[in-house]
Amino acid sequence: MSDIASRVKAIIVDKLGVDETEVTTEASFTNDLGADSLDTVELIMEFEKEFNIAIPDDQAENIGTVGDAVSYIEENAK
Amino acid sequence: MELKRVVVTGLGAITPLGNSVEEFWKNLVNGESGCAPITRFDNTNFKTKFACEVKNYAPNDHFDRKEARKLDMFAQFALIAAEQAVQDSGINAEDIDSDEVGVIWGAGIGGIQTFSEEITKYVEGDGTPRFNPFFIPKMIADIAAGHISMKYGFRGPNFNTVSACASSTNAIGDAFNLIRLGKAKAFVTGGSEAAICEAGIAGFNAMQALSTRNDDPKTASRPFDKGRDGFVMGEGGASLILEEYEHAVKRGATIYCEVVGSGMTADAHHLTAPHPEGLGAKNVMLSALKDNDIKPEEVDYINVHGTSTPRGDIAETLAIKEVFGEHAYNLNISSTKSMTGHLLGAAGAVESIACILAIKNNIVPPTINHFEDDPEIDQKLNMTYDKAQEREVNVALSNTFGFGGHNASVIFKAI
Repeated sequence: MSDIASRVKAIIVDKLGVDETEVTTEASFTNDLGADSLDTVELIMEFEKEFNIAIPDDQAENIGTVGDAVSYIEENAK
Repeated sequence: MELKRVVVTGLGAITPLGNSVEEFWKNLVNGESGCAPITRFDNTNFKTKFACEVKNYAPNDHFDRKEARKLDMFAQFALIAAEQAVQDSGINAEDIDSDEVGVIWGAGIGGIQTFSEEITKYVEGDGTPRFNPFFIPKMIADIAAGHISMKYGFRGPNFNTVSACASSTNAIGDAFNLIRLGKAKAFVTGGSEAAICEAGIAGFNAMQALSTRNDDPKTASRPFDKGRDGFVMGEGGASLILEEYEHAVKRGATIYCEVVGSGMTADAHHLTAPHPEGLGAKNVMLSALKDNDIKPEEVDYINVHGTSTPRGDIAETLAIKEVFGEHAYNLNISSTKSMTGHLLGAAGAVESIACILAIKNNIVPPTINHFEDDPEIDQKLNMTYDKAQEREVNVALSNTFGFGGHNASVIFKAI
């Protein structure tokens, strides 16, 4: 697992209070990991802080799974 | 339309004197102080370095990590107290119409700690507003009532009352009146507060409202004593289940007592100072007595607001003498804030429980920390100094007064 993927996973485990094994690449924040709309906003903010990036709202809307988050950050992190 | 009768069928408490109703009452009757040096933050530079904190409190003992993160401590205390009260009352979604159960909660401030933390993060940041999406729903005072309704599925009337230190008495009064009017069968009511944080302590210090007796915290809250120098901040939550009498009887509930009166008035005088002759305080007690034509002579015990501030304590005793005349000298009066500290918006709920258990047990909890008589306080009044007193208590009245000049009283009667 890439460094980015493991940091993303750690944030999700912390914020959503889920087990590490549940945080698979395909896992959807809302459908699989119990996040509501506010949780998802918080996750995006945590990713921004951790990776020092700004994720515009229209891009954030497309980040629905763990894999989406990792790919976006891999492409956009400095 | 005939008004319904209202009774108390459940109690819950998490307080500086104990994290259950039993422990709270035991320590209250024994005259224990809940005061100690502040542990919640570094108080090196603060004028007041002590408070009445809830002891042995770890959010994760009550909530999972994800849940706890979304709850300011005032809402945590609300959920804990409400859970105890709901369990005590035995009401549950199966044998009660949940559309007929409401929640009215009182909090004077709400999530002051959450507010402070979020603003601090912003000010210390690079100017980009990165406010947490839970900032607002964690901080707003009404969220306590919302959380309780969501936990139990209670879909009746739902809101918070905000009237500073009278908040939870207003909540109890509103619940009482709505049941009387037939708007609901039962309410989870009460109040909670968690303001022992930098902004809470320094803010009240700036108003010179808090005691600064740092060399002897346990005796700092000394209502009616000549040496009193301000109130001691407390925190916690307390909850009452109010229920329509017939409804409670029908389901075989254990009834603590009846709620027979609720008063609400304003001083219309000053932001923080009480009316010097206690005009609003007098009117609020009279208003509460009027609800069921309770005669002043029927009252046995008054749990006073008595915060241990120089002016407030005097004004309240003047008001009591106005309302009760000669009977004032037959009353037992006590300020349990001498032990619990001042729980602000939760004070009314905590002190209502003190009244209810005084009725149940025929014991009046004391006003501790009496050292020197104040010539401005009528010493013929029985302030129940230092030791609890046994006495038949049929009717007990609780007073609370808030900054802004809000006054609220509630009266309980043995059934």
